[in-house]
Amino acid sequence: MAEATGLRNLQLVNDWADDVAVFRAVPWGKAMMWIFLLSDTFIFTCFLTSYMTVRMTTAEPWPNPSEVFALEAFGVPVPLLLIAIMTFILITSSGTMAMAVNMGYRRKRVPAALLMLVTAVFGAMFVGMQMFEWTKLIVDEGVRPWGNPMGAAQFGASFFMITGFHGLHVSAGVVYLIIVAVRVWRGRYEEKGYDIIEITGLYWHFVDLVWVFIFAFFYLW
Amino acid sequence: MADTGQQHPISVYFWIWALLFVFSAASYMVDYLAFQGYTRWTLIIIFMMLKAGFIVAIFMHMRWERVALITAIMVPPGALLVLVGLMAMESDYTWLTRVVYLGADPAPVPLPPPSH
Repeated sequence: MAEATGLRNLQLVNDWADDVAVFRAVPWGKAMMWIFLLSDTFIFTCFLTSYMTVRMTTAEPWPNPSEVFALEAFGVPVPLLLIAIMTFILITSSGTMAMAVNMGYRRKRVPAALLMLVTAVFGAMFVGMQMFEWTKLIVDEGVRPWGNPMGAAQFGASFFMITGFHGLHVSAGVVYLIIVAVRVWRGRYEEKGYDIIEITGLYWHFVDLVWVFIFAFFYLW
Repeated sequence: MADTGQQHPISVYFWIWALLFVFSAASYMVDYLAFQGYTRWTLIIIFMMLKAGFIVAIFMHMRWERVALITAIMVPPGALLVLVGLMAMESDYTWLTRVVYLGADPAPVPLPPPSH
């Protein structure tokens, strides 16, 4: 074990010190996608940190997300029902995406493209539910970026900013998935190899990853 | 050109997929059963970290990447933890100031009289 750790450390030093490309055996597109996702991590964390700051500093009571986002099912209010469904849809789409990557590397391009399209459909469903959620909040509950009837005024600004930016990422991801899926279907990557599906998958899994943090910090806190 | 990408047994993905469902259901139950206080916080954070860890390690293949890439991506977010810590400290102070000086305190402490 200690020997293995030593070897990995040596590999790390060699990769960075040798006068060649650092990320060996990593397609450049994948390295660039990771670096883009790193920058995106910083943006999302800045939003979540500013949300934390306004929530911790406000002297007004914060609206209770468990009640604000409750839905009536069979005449009984169920807390966070829609949000739970959205979470499961996004996880399902992450699973189908992982399958698409796997199929791509097995050179089964039609199943890979189909699985990517299924992923895109789940993504579109997620955005649709988000639109329903926003409509309910704006029209029925009177939440605005500058105030709301339930409590601290910063609730609306934080909510629309964070979930809006995430929804934008999901929407862009759906378009990205459809474009790549059509190209895969047509056999554009038969010679070049199927790294592109893994790179698209990285973006899609990241969107799911961000939702994990939003779910925990915004809806469950 | 040969694929340089990550190829792993499909069963690994199914296992992680199932685990993510379990953890999501568990974190939803934390809210549904209305746990409060430190119990709530501990459970939420544990399930969140487990989900995030499995997504990055398995679905995004980070576990199988070279150390050079892992460190380049995983180390910089440490700066974000510093930011969160700093803002949390500053927030406590701001909140206290607002409560004391903006009158949200039901029993405000009177300011000391000017000394000159």
